[in-house]
Amino acid sequence: MGGFLNSTIARKFAMALSGLFLVLFLAQHFSINFISVFSKDVFNEVSHFMGTNFFVQALLQPILIFGVIFHFVMGFILEAKNRGARDIKYVKFAGNENSSWVSRNMIYSGLVILAFLGLHFYDFWFPEMIHKYIESHPEDAARYYDELVAKFQSPVRTILYVVSFVFLALHLYHGFSSSFQSVGWRNKYAKGLRGFTKAYAIIIPLGFIFIALFHYINNL
Amino acid sequence: MKLNLKIWRQENATAKGKMVDYPVDGIDGDMSFLEMLDILNEQLVEKGEDTIQFDHDCREGICGSCSLQINGEPHGPDKLIATCQLHMRSFKDGDTIYIEPFRAKAFPVIKDLIVDRTAFDRIQQAWGYVSVNTSGNTVDANTIPIEKEKADESFNAATCIGCGACVAACKNASAMLFTSAKVSQYALLPQGRVEATERVQAMVRQMDEEGFGNCSNTGACEIECPKGISLENIARMNREYLAASVKG
Ligand code: HEM
Ligand code: SF4
Ligand code: FES
Repeated sequence: MGGFLNSTIARKFAMALSGLFLVLFLAQHFSINFISVFSKDVFNEVSHFMGTNFFVQALLQPILIFGVIFHFVMGFILEAKNRGARDIKYVKFAGNENSSWVSRNMIYSGLVILAFLGLHFYDFWFPEMIHKYIESHPEDAARYYDELVAKFQSPVRTILYVVSFVFLALHLYHGFSSSFQSVGWRNKYAKGLRGFTKAYAIIIPLGFIFIALFHYINNL
Repeated sequence: MKLNLKIWRQENATAKGKMVDYPVDGIDGDMSFLEMLDILNEQLVEKGEDTIQFDHDCREGICGSCSLQINGEPHGPDKLIATCQLHMRSFKDGDTIYIEPFRAKAFPVIKDLIVDRTAFDRIQQAWGYVSVNTSGNTVDANTIPIEKEKADESFNAATCIGCGACVAACKNASAMLFTSAKVSQYALLPQGRVEATERVQAMVRQMDEEGFGNCSNTGACEIECPKGISLENIARMNREYLAASVKG
């Protein structure tokens, strides 16, 4: 495996697979969050299930965390090689003439997402882990909604989330369709899929923005 | 037409280079870009200065020798042409034109605007060929029927002139377009299928060893390629390589 991941093509293949996995996860995360917009009770129920189900906690969660870490570490490895491949820079480089800004700046949109993940873990994941596994509070199946809403009382946090989702959209706008090229999947179906990936890249982050603003405005 | 040229000058491979201003006058729109440089060089000769070195050979877009980064784009602002096919009518009187060598760690500058592209030769030598036994019983290639679409696609890939504009355009200095064109031209034909697994592995290994970057799928190479080599070739090479890795 180590030998396989030494080649640029295999690395990009792994990058694409981890990215696609995160895209799938994002859809699932969005679906659950969106429930909070219309039903407190259903949201609590689903969150309770996700937070206490053994399969989710012991299997899916570690896979997800591994996926995220793998993705951004590989992103740094690729970026380092890419930078080294042009040791002397152009005095004038007309990148906009032949490629999109988002495609050339995946590392920056990715870094913003990484910073956001830090905030997001600080906001939800660490408190959740401490609550459940360290302080071992008794089960309270109705706490999730209130915890969520409480976080979005802060205008600063709400703005940080909204801005991060914009960068997520930029990352996915190139990344989602790019991953199909990386795995070598380019045929007549791939063309239609391209439209879907671009729509996904805009709609899902917009949906997350909507949820954040909804809870902020709802409790003004 | 009057122009202000900003040209990369570098004494030799180890010297530190810099951009130097060269104002030129009396440039005609019908002149080719390289002719314009010829005129500048004649003036430098008259003044007893060192001429500006640049690569060129056929001057009709078929050899792949010419290689200038013009205003930040390989082969200049026009599409589907090599530098030698670029005309001065693409510029306006009073323009400032930046002329730099193709930049990549794997393409070190030899002098001024000439870079060493033998990295491409080594990728080609790694397995960019079909092994044919020429011991007297060679089979006529035309006895093997090939679908028209496949033959066309293979031909299109084979039109790559190895200029290196793909590398020069890429923010990662990736050689994926070039290598994939060479891999595809054989992968599409039954004659090439025989060694397809070994070929893609050997050529990709060489490409990586030369120090080219990874592919970020920005598509800059396809836009700047004078021969319009398609990104489809990169997807094909990815498939070929991944399939070869499974086969081992
Ligand atoms: C945690 C911070 C992240 C960092 C530092 C990061 C970094 C990167 C980088 C540098 C690339 C480009 C690789 C290349 O062009 O060669 C990339 C591609 C990609 N990223 Fe991320 N990313 C992050 C998070 C995410 C997330 C959360 C998702 C999805 C929800 C995602 C999905 C993708 C996809 C689909 C690709 C395309 C892979 C390809 O081009 O084949 N990334 N990422
Ligand atoms: S793929 Fe195009 S740009 Fe790259 S070397 Fe071949 S002809 Fe030049
Ligand atoms: S000089 Fe031969 S392609 Fe330009």
